[in-house]
Amino acid sequence: MTPEAKHLEVVLDTHVESVNLAEEMCLRVAEAVGFSEEECYRIGMSVREGVINAFHYGNQEKPGKKIYLALDLTQEKMVIHVMDEGKGFKLADVPDPLAEENLLSTSGRGIFLMKTFMDEFSVVAGRTGGAEIIMSKKIPAGGKSWGNGNHGQTSSDAAPKREA
Amino acid sequence: MPALFLTLREDGPITIVDISGRIALGEGSALLRKTIRDLLEAGQGKILLNLGDVNYIDSSGIGELVSAFTAVRNRNGELKLLNLTKKVHDLLQITKLFTVFDVYNDELTAVRSFL
Repeated sequence: MTPEAKHLEVVLDTHVESVNLAEEMCLRVAEAVGFSEEECYRIGMSVREGVINAFHYGNQEKPGKKIYLALDLTQEKMVIHVMDEGKGFKLADVPDPLAEENLLSTSGRGIFLMKTFMDEFSVVAGRTGGAEIIMSKKIPAGGKSWGNGNHGQTSSDAAPKREA
Repeated sequence: MPALFLTLREDGPITIVDISGRIALGEGSALLRKTIRDLLEAGQGKILLNLGDVNYIDSSGIGELVSAFTAVRNRNGELKLLNLTKKVHDLLQITKLFTVFDVYNDELTAVRSFL
C-alpha cells in the first residue's frame, strides 16, 4: 500500500441491520471521494449485495459469526473487501441469473449485480475462513482525497479503524 | 432510509397496490410478500403494483417481485407493474426481467389490460 493509501475496516454482526450500516458507510466514503450520484448508487448497491451474500449465504444468518468489511482507497481506485465466516464458494459454481431457466428464481442475482456495477470483481478464499469478495471502482478524474484523517467511526459495534 | 409503505385501492376487480420507499432486505420485502399472500387468500387475483414512488430496490426486492409474480400466476391470476422509476426500470432491464413482467406507464392502460 502506498503512503497515500487509506484503509478502513469494520467488523459487523451477522444481522440484517449490518447490510444498511455497511452500505451507508461506503456511500459516505464514495461521496467524499467524489464519485457521481450514479456511481455512488452502484457502489452502495454492490456493498449491500456483498454483505447480504455474507449474511445469508456465507454465515447462513448465524448470529455468532462475523462479517468483515474493509475499504482500501488509493489514488486510482476504491477497493472493497467483504469477508464472511462460511465455507467459501467458487464463482464458477454460481448459477447464471440471466439463463432462461433461472429468470424466475427468487434469489441469486447479488453476484451478478456486483459484477455489473463494479469495475473489478473477484472471489477468493478469505483469511477469516470463508469467502472474500473483492471489488473495486476507479476513482473519477478530479476526485477528492478522502478527508484528512477525520473519518469517524460508523457504529459503536464497529472495530477500531486502521489507517496506513 | 425510508421504509416501505403500501396502500391498497380497488378499481373494479383489480387491486392497485401503491408502493413507496425501498423494497430491500429487511425494509419491507416481507410486508410486500404478506400483502400479496393476503390478497390471494381473499380471492384477489388481478393485482397492479404501482412502483412510482419506489426509489430503491435490491436483489432481495427483485426476488420479492418475482415471488409475487409467480405466486399470483400459480393461482391463475395476473400481476402487473406500473410506473417504474428509472432505477427500478434499469435493474429489471439488466436482470432480463423487464420482458417477464407486464409493465405500464399509465394507470388507465394498465387497468384496461386486465379486462
